[in-house]
Amino acid sequence: MNLSELCEVLSLDVVAGDTAGKTWHGVYAGDLLSRAMSHVKLDNLWITIMSNTNVIAVASLTEACAVILAEGVELLPEALDAAVDNGITVLSSTRTVNELCIAIHEASSGRK
Amino acid sequence: MAENIRFHFDVDGENFTSAGEASVAVKKKLRQLGFSPDVIRKVSIAMYEGEINMVIHADGGTADVEVTDDEIVIVLADHGPGIPNVEMAMQEGFSTARENIRALGFGAGMGLPNMKKYTDEMKIDTEVGVGTTITMKVYL
Repeated sequence: MNLSELCEVLSLDVVAGDTAGKTWHGVYAGDLLSRAMSHVKLDNLWITIMSNTNVIAVASLTEACAVILAEGVELLPEALDAAVDNGITVLSSTRTVNELCIAIHEASSGRK
Repeated sequence: MAENIRFHFDVDGENFTSAGEASVAVKKKLRQLGFSPDVIRKVSIAMYEGEINMVIHADGGTADVEVTDDEIVIVLADHGPGIPNVEMAMQEGFSTARENIRALGFGAGMGLPNMKKYTDEMKIDTEVGVGTTITMKVYL
């Protein structure tokens, strides 16, 4: 399942960047940036409730496929600018981190 | 390589929103130079953690990166408070970051451990009240 399909199935809003032609592999969920820095892998989806500019820097350095902001968190204006400048895809959802993890697992394993 | 490639950055200690800019810039340059994703990841993580530490604890500093035939050398220097107990600071989970810093997602106590984990050599020269210089090497 590519990123566009996942956005459609989970009704994710696109806050910044593109979803077309992007493929994701694996998920990391967490808010501590050093942990994320160490564990987010190439093309991962990174689910977090952090919304500052540093999230964009970590997503860029780890080459995450996209950042998914949970619980309806909105990206701060300077972070949005950074996401656009660096070509980082940021999505958002009103679901909790846990609900997102479960929904992504179910969607990608064809259970929903 | 005929001549070593060097990059120099001043890390602004006042500005959390721009923290990480030097690391992102180095990553782009290393990619342009054709280094492997593994090497780029190591350098990016180690440098980002160091850059953030300088912003959190030392009111900024300088970051110098030198690319030689055999290794990439990162030198992070500041005139901050120094590290009183390096052994304790190297422990995962140990952090002296303030609450407002933690609210930004920092202060997990993984900065120095990540820097050591993702580099092949790391040396800390620190003196309380004078500053800290960290030299890291990633072998090629």
